[in-house]
Amino acid sequence: MNKKVDIVMEAAFKISDLPLGFTAKPGTTRKFKTGDWRSARPVLDRAKCVYCGFCYIYCPDGVYRDMGAEKYYQVDLDYCKGCGICAHECPKKCIQMIIEEV
Amino acid sequence: MKSAEVQFEKITPKTFPKGPDSLASGHRACQGCGEVLALRLLMKALGRDFMAVSATGCMEVCTSPFPQSAWEMPWLHVAFENAAAVAGGVDAGNVILRRKGKLPDKRIPVVAIGGDGATADIGIQALSGALERYHENFIYICLDNEAYMNTGIQRSSQTPFGASTTTSPAGSHSKGQSTWKKNMPAIAVAHNIPYVATGSPAFHLDLMNKIRRAAAIPGPAYLHIYAPCPTGWRMKAELSVESSRLAVNSRIFPLYEVIDGQYILNKKVDQPIPLVEYLKPQGRFRHLMSEDIAKIEERVNHEYEYIVKLSESFVEPLF
Amino acid sequence: MSSINSTKPVGIEVSLAIAEAVKLAEVEVVAAYPITPQTHIVEHLSDLVANGELNAEYVPVESEHSALSACIGSSAAGARTFTSTSSQGLMLMAEIVFIAPMLRMPIVMAVANRAISGPLNIWNDHSDVMSIRDCGWIQIFAETGQEATDLSIIAFRIAEDKNVMMPLILNLDGFTLSHFIEPIIFPEADKVKKFLPPYETSHKLDLNNPLSFGLLGGPEVYTEARRDTDLALLNSRSHVQRIFDEFAGAFGRQYRLVETYKTEGAETIIVTIGSISETAMSAVDEMRAVGEKVGLIHIRLWRPFPVVEFRAAVAGAKNLAVVDRHISMGFPEGPVGTEVRALMYHEKERPRISNYVLGLGGRDVTRNHFKYIVEQVKSLGADKRQGGYEMVGVLE
Repeated sequence: MNKKVDIVMEAAFKISDLPLGFTAKPGTTRKFKTGDWRSARPVLDRAKCVYCGFCYIYCPDGVYRDMGAEKYYQVDLDYCKGCGICAHECPKKCIQMIIEEV
Repeated sequence: MKSAEVQFEKITPKTFPKGPDSLASGHRACQGCGEVLALRLLMKALGRDFMAVSATGCMEVCTSPFPQSAWEMPWLHVAFENAAAVAGGVDAGNVILRRKGKLPDKRIPVVAIGGDGATADIGIQALSGALERYHENFIYICLDNEAYMNTGIQRSSQTPFGASTTTSPAGSHSKGQSTWKKNMPAIAVAHNIPYVATGSPAFHLDLMNKIRRAAAIPGPAYLHIYAPCPTGWRMKAELSVESSRLAVNSRIFPLYEVIDGQYILNKKVDQPIPLVEYLKPQGRFRHLMSEDIAKIEERVNHEYEYIVKLSESFVEPLF
Repeated sequence: MSSINSTKPVGIEVSLAIAEAVKLAEVEVVAAYPITPQTHIVEHLSDLVANGELNAEYVPVESEHSALSACIGSSAAGARTFTSTSSQGLMLMAEIVFIAPMLRMPIVMAVANRAISGPLNIWNDHSDVMSIRDCGWIQIFAETGQEATDLSIIAFRIAEDKNVMMPLILNLDGFTLSHFIEPIIFPEADKVKKFLPPYETSHKLDLNNPLSFGLLGGPEVYTEARRDTDLALLNSRSHVQRIFDEFAGAFGRQYRLVETYKTEGAETIIVTIGSISETAMSAVDEMRAVGEKVGLIHIRLWRPFPVVEFRAAVAGAKNLAVVDRHISMGFPEGPVGTEVRALMYHEKERPRISNYVLGLGGRDVTRNHFKYIVEQVKSLGADKRQGGYEMVGVLE
């Protein structure tokens, strides 16, 4: 390569990194944290929560985790994009969307 | 055996699958995407013992930027208009390998997934061919967000009358989309396949059990799924599930199944909410006047009544 | 069809012979659309499946676009997969043709080369396959029925080789080869079984190892992904010759990437592709008989191009007369002519290169055409660099 001329190297992968047939392993988008898209976060009032599971069911990003014996669902802020569906759908209105401090 | 009698494990509130999703977090769908919600629930209902084929589109792009994938089951994307043909080929491969003993002697559902454009417009030929060829383990899911959202909200044949899109804009000489939604479920039914259904993410158990039934019934199935798009519909992100519910309750998106040709209305809506309540939160309908809405409502009621009449007439299955 | 187990030649239509060879290869899925225009290859395959002679799934798709789409699906499922097309059909499936190599799906596709519209014309030339030249598939040309038959088996062995894993197009001239009855020796079934074991791969849709195929490749990786496919294609060259040699060891018929005929001492070498090479050989014989120093090269492996073998084969020639069966509109040369010129440009001993386009849309190519071409080359001026270009026989 001619070192006298700088070219912008945008490539993030070498050819030798590429798997046969340009495939990917399952579920690997989990490496990409979508939480920083969020401008508001859901905050649960556990006292009012009836463990109905609608936040878990209706989350497009699958960010709620069933806490089992503790009888509530906990949001995973690594992935929560802050859409607010959980707060809107909560029948007990016990999830509030709180603006993220920048 | 009649398809209606085929047994499958039903999901109830108590048996809701709580395990890890089959569509992983970290996908790049927009905030509040109703389409990825529907997809997540459908994939969750099937578990992981199936194969998925995607058409090019939002759900394909947002789940598979190299080197990552959100899919937990074997997944294949080839192009925009051919998901049904690709899935048919996967099924043919599985069928012969099973017959030769190279695969276990068990049906593997093959699920093709496309948006409304990939299904009803550019991919309708491949879909029709696949349904007609009667692939035994074939399920087609149309995730209908009513326009070409991935490329910037251009109208499709599934865009509803009156919706403003980037290629059916509202203006001084236009009310937005000037045509009525093409009836894809009816087109699927016309292929004499054993199972056709509509579904909505707001009615999650109904939705999830429909794909379970589709997988249990031998022969091809077609699912037409309502998929709200806050970005393209110019709607608040938190309203995706709400609008899915309003669509059913206003009769604009009725929930029904067609099993061996017999229509079954899953949710009767005797007292529909005024259509304006469904249209109002969506910016794509903002320009509509009350007389326009009345015209749409008349059509919606007519189409709903038509489904009711079909469901009330008993059809002796031919097959 | 019991007679095909004999090692004696059988008179059979070449399309049917290809189907019989594909049966010997124990293909598992055939997805094809039978029109636009087609040959008897897939008709006969559907017969073989219907008669229980071939344990395969025959998928009668509704278009060529879906044919290759379904083939990618079945190949991804891990099944040995075959399809066949030509002309408009290849044009319709072109979008998908370009995707299969990246996915590394070892599909075999016979293309009975025919003209593309317009005007509508179903007869032989190479305009279909030349239009998808850069698609990334291995592309081989058969010149006789025997070659088409042998190569139909060899094709799977090459495509599925662990070091290759690339789709392969087997070109044969439409009508002038596909519809002719030729004497053909069929490879013995038991030997084929040894030469071509069943297709086993971990590169597939697998419930136990669920990979995702067909990802989005943004600007940060697209260049590398394309080059990766290119390298895989280039890398297949040596394996193609190795497998040709193995076939020769098992069946006694030797194929080479570039075939030469009477090139020793030839001042002018004609360069051809496809079945007109047979006619060209007869013409060379006749010209040699009257003292013309003429030879012939036919390119068997078109992609990856056998650069080294080609240069070695033409070494010492003063003139190359390159024949094209496709017109590259807006450029003063056909594609084979251009490629040969590019390949030879930097050679120290550079022959003068002329290019002749002929045999378009089924127009006959006779021995006289080759004699005419050689006459044209001889009549060129003294300038050693100035070759000729002509559409032979066109009435202006």
